[in-house]
Amino acid sequence: MKQKYPQIKPMGDRAILIDFEPEISEKTLKKLLIVKEIIENELVEDKVEVINTYHSLLIVYVFTIENIYDKVSSLKELISRANIGKNINSQIYHIPVCYEEEFGLDLELISKEKNLKISEIIHLHTTPIYTVYFTGFLPGFLYLGGLDEKLQISRKSSPRMKVEKGAVGIGENQTGIYPKTSPGGWQVIGNSPATFFDKNRNPPCIISAGDKVKFYSINKAQYLQISEEIKATNFQLKSEKYHG
Amino acid sequence: MGKIEVIHPGLYSSLQDLGRHNFLKYGVPQSGVMDSFAAKKANLILSNSEAAPVLEITQLGPKLKFYEPTQIAICGAYLNPKINESVVLNNRILSMEDGDVLSFGKRVIGCRAYIAIVGGFISEKVLGSYSWYNGITKSEILKKGSTIEYSSSERSLHILNASVKVKDEYLNENVIQVYPGPEHELLSSFQKKVLMESSFSLDVNNNRMAIQLKESLENNLYSIITGPVLPGTVQLTPSGKLIVLMRDCQTTGGYPRVLQLSENGINTIAQKVIGDKVLFEFIEIK
Repeated sequence: MKQKYPQIKPMGDRAILIDFEPEISEKTLKKLLIVKEIIENELVEDKVEVINTYHSLLIVYVFTIENIYDKVSSLKELISRANIGKNINSQIYHIPVCYEEEFGLDLELISKEKNLKISEIIHLHTTPIYTVYFTGFLPGFLYLGGLDEKLQISRKSSPRMKVEKGAVGIGENQTGIYPKTSPGGWQVIGNSPATFFDKNRNPPCIISAGDKVKFYSINKAQYLQISEEIKATNFQLKSEKYHG
Repeated sequence: MGKIEVIHPGLYSSLQDLGRHNFLKYGVPQSGVMDSFAAKKANLILSNSEAAPVLEITQLGPKLKFYEPTQIAICGAYLNPKINESVVLNNRILSMEDGDVLSFGKRVIGCRAYIAIVGGFISEKVLGSYSWYNGITKSEILKKGSTIEYSSSERSLHILNASVKVKDEYLNENVIQVYPGPEHELLSSFQKKVLMESSFSLDVNNNRMAIQLKESLENNLYSIITGPVLPGTVQLTPSGKLIVLMRDCQTTGGYPRVLQLSENGINTIAQKVIGDKVLFEFIEIK
């Protein structure tokens, strides 16, 4: 039986889940983000928060939802009217990463396993334009799509107890940056001095779902320079409007 | 401003309110009181706003010395509270004088109790909430020798008139109200039957992030594409373990979500301790 998407159903008494085709694609992401914006505008009175993942939207209510099935049917109606042909606004952010030995803890290992020179790994990692699908796992942790297949590598068999803030890692077909020091199982290839989550800023994250990210390689001196600029709060990630 | 000296922090104590909203999209957990029913009641007794920050204490309560007169109320688990040497009750307005020491004894029932104070505790508000969470607020858990501040109480509540009707039967309840989760349909009819008809006990891995259940459910489901999760989401791991996500849970997860606890179900399971048995029961969505 072929399921019809999107599917809209309650998830408990405080949330409504909207599932699109179960796949990881930019097409689905775009659709999600357009619908998300429509819902946010429509439900502005309802005290809700809408979050997205790869193929789902979750509408989270602060209180228990009254008449949940009425809400579900009005959402169905709303979504059927959505113009998903339009474009979404997105920015591309250029993220500095230092891939030097001190930070690239697993570069040697990947180099051996994948039979790639370290310079090739860096080249393969800094070439693609990655898509930001959503933020999850840790505050400010971006789920990025677009990693080169040649760099796909399994997670560490036993996770590190401590991965440094800013560490750039690879796990299976994903790459990402640890926004704070935490335990982690990804292979670490470098470190970014940039800040990805700042609780004193509103919003606490600059980069959000639908944006693009591109990494560029910096040396240790530049890393320290940027770290200083961040302390003095006069560093900003380079970014421009992205025309996909 | 009033001050409380933490003589002993207890097993796990933290300031919490009704949680952090509107920051899930940045991966920030909701946090907030594990048992919202008890916490709201404690505030209600003192005529506070229901969202005023309260001290959530766990199983083994703290020992706290108060330095200015105020009034407090304790709700939720009954942990044998004492003011100085006198045993006191939950669900009452309790007056504290300068130098009074609040301590707790042996746990009688429940897991988490809430101490509310007239006017609320004073703490830093980060991203719209007072709830302590590692990396978001400076404090994560109450530490020995630290201090907590509270507003000097200008109003004094009349103790005799202010008793609330108490419905604490839920502390004895082992039935947890649930709705089917997004992946419930993927379970076999046998799995569904086991899930709803057998009792599960709380494992040692149980904290503000999640409660793991001890008994396994035979499982052949694969991981799903990472999707949204909430407090009360019950995940089924590849090894067949059931994990009930609680208030400090992450915002996304990759395990099949087989059940979703109601708000009431979350409050009920929040009062269970290691070894307690629970039984899931479907309720109708209104």
